[in-house]
Amino acid sequence: MALLSIRDLMAHFETPRGTVYAVDGVNLDIGSGETVGLVGESGCGKSTLGKAILRLIEPNFGSIVLDSVDITHLKRRQLARHRHKVQMIFQDPYASLNPRATVGRIIEEPLMVNGWGSDRERKERVAWLLEKVGLPTDSLKRHPHEYSGGQRQRIGIARAIALNPKIVICDEAVSALDVSIRAQIINLLTDLRDELGLSYLFISHDLSVVEHIADRVCVMYLGKIVEIAERERLWAMPLHPYTQILMAAVPVLDPKIARERKKIIPRDELPSPLNPPGGCRFHTRCPYAQPKCRDEEPPLRPLQGRQSVACHLVTEQADGSIAYPTMAAEAAPKNDVRGAPA
Amino acid sequence: MSPLLQVCDLTTHLFTVEGVVKAVEGLSFDLDADETLALVGESGCGKSMTALSLMGLVPDPPGRIVGGQVLLGDRDLLQLSEHEMQKIRGNEIAMVFQEPMTSLNPVFTVGDQIVESVLTHRQVSRRQARERAVELLDLVRIPDPRGRFDDYPHRLSGGMRQRVMIAMALACDPDVLIADEPTTALDVTIQAQVLDLLGELQGEFGMGVILITHDLGVVAGIADRVVVMYAGRKVEEAPVDDIFASPLHPYTQGLLGSMPRPGLEERLREIPGVIPSLIDMTPGCSFAPRCAKAMARCREEQPDHATIGDARVVACFAAEEEVAGRGLAVDT
Repeated sequence: MALLSIRDLMAHFETPRGTVYAVDGVNLDIGSGETVGLVGESGCGKSTLGKAILRLIEPNFGSIVLDSVDITHLKRRQLARHRHKVQMIFQDPYASLNPRATVGRIIEEPLMVNGWGSDRERKERVAWLLEKVGLPTDSLKRHPHEYSGGQRQRIGIARAIALNPKIVICDEAVSALDVSIRAQIINLLTDLRDELGLSYLFISHDLSVVEHIADRVCVMYLGKIVEIAERERLWAMPLHPYTQILMAAVPVLDPKIARERKKIIPRDELPSPLNPPGGCRFHTRCPYAQPKCRDEEPPLRPLQGRQSVACHLVTEQADGSIAYPTMAAEAAPKNDVRGAPA
Repeated sequence: MSPLLQVCDLTTHLFTVEGVVKAVEGLSFDLDADETLALVGESGCGKSMTALSLMGLVPDPPGRIVGGQVLLGDRDLLQLSEHEMQKIRGNEIAMVFQEPMTSLNPVFTVGDQIVESVLTHRQVSRRQARERAVELLDLVRIPDPRGRFDDYPHRLSGGMRQRVMIAMALACDPDVLIADEPTTALDVTIQAQVLDLLGELQGEFGMGVILITHDLGVVAGIADRVVVMYAGRKVEEAPVDDIFASPLHPYTQGLLGSMPRPGLEERLREIPGVIPSLIDMTPGCSFAPRCAKAMARCREEQPDHATIGDARVVACFAAEEEVAGRGLAVDT
């Protein structure tokens, strides 16, 4: 049984201009100690999904089962008894910390709210947390503005792990940080995961960071998951055309490869989630789209090797290999039959 | 052939109540026509203040250029009056900013804004300016340029807005284009489109492009030469292949080491510590407090720029020793 199990989750917003289908039927399991990466571009619904899991945004449909308890419809007070198991780290360490509270107070707050321990136990816990995230002990009486972005993110992490959560949702947690600081925070997150046995849902637009940290990765496009696979598998054989395009757009750190690699630049821009295209939502930008893709929505189908994909053009052959469209054929869609690694 | 643009010893300070922020300290580099030079560094390294200095747009107060030269041809831009500078801006040096949402006026159509920038710099009729604007929209690969002409900025996506900004910058065929984090606010697929466009336009227009970015990945794909900045100073300069293949400065090495790379499972190499304040600068090399190779000398003395071979520059005592140890010529 997965630690967190999401079924058919939908989160729609009514706006004056129509309904935004931010999350539109998502299934996702996260196992104990597992890190699942969630990638996609702005507006794909990845942050909404993260917030819906915490019920910071109420889902319209579907279920969220956390640690064998269905929390989808729990009333506030009951929900509070379970919510400490899931915590969140936000992107903007400047906006997510109360500027008037001391660092000690910020980290202690979740403990107080949940009636955790005595005053002295809480103070000890806060000191322990400061040490865990690598903040100096004199931080207790200081205020967030005295810290740099990276240090503030450490405060946010200490607050998130204060209640011993099982799952931490990291929503673009390292995106606003400078490169040299980002590496420090990524290393801190992996250390904490290994030491405390945490699971992460790691939401990011940055594929290179996700590849570094995640065990399994799901790719979202306009409110739906288009592909899920284990990390190595996904990078070795991205099946969905959108996954391929995302990966090809990631800047590489080798000038020779960067100059020579084939540029696969997607057509157009992300359509509005207000009026998502019918059929396969990616068909308007897909270089391989066929009439069927316009008319019929492809379901997310599991293939062998713990890889699932939502694309009509990916087919499992009788001999167990997988045929899928590749960039080898630029203009004409071609089904390249390649043996799948066992 | 002399370079298109020569920056010599540029020094820009911000005079704040907390003290003097040494945003740019003795920065020198050349830019050739037909070349893309990347200025790379993290927040507060002075890269954006460098751009503003070249454009004559340093906010005063608190900022002031306190020394150096910016030579465009035989003119020193720092000696020009504001009136003379207005003729240079847009005509000879143009700039694209990071945030296309805030750089476009929300109450005018994108077409009118481009027409405005054409009319400011060119003696043409409004009708000719309009034609030019449609041409420019087409040039930056905006589909249906005539239809888009009458759109307001809020109707366009981030990528499209950035294309409009590029169109405005190109309105008068500038010799130098400064792009300050042009793709930072964009999604990866849109970033790829915009970088591709910039690369193509650079070739078509034969411009010198200064690309300012924090993202080494972006640099690898588009730059010819790279200047790495740290705490207001240039710490290393090299052709793009050399920067990635054999970075010399410990900071450049650290930056590359802290980027996740495909297939590498190991912990990322961190650069310890935090980015220093530019107010209370310690004597010596500003990277020394975070540097694994720092020696006693590094904390007392600012390393000069040493020229390595014919195309590389590094400001680091340890790197000089290493390079000399390998038998390469070091010229300080």
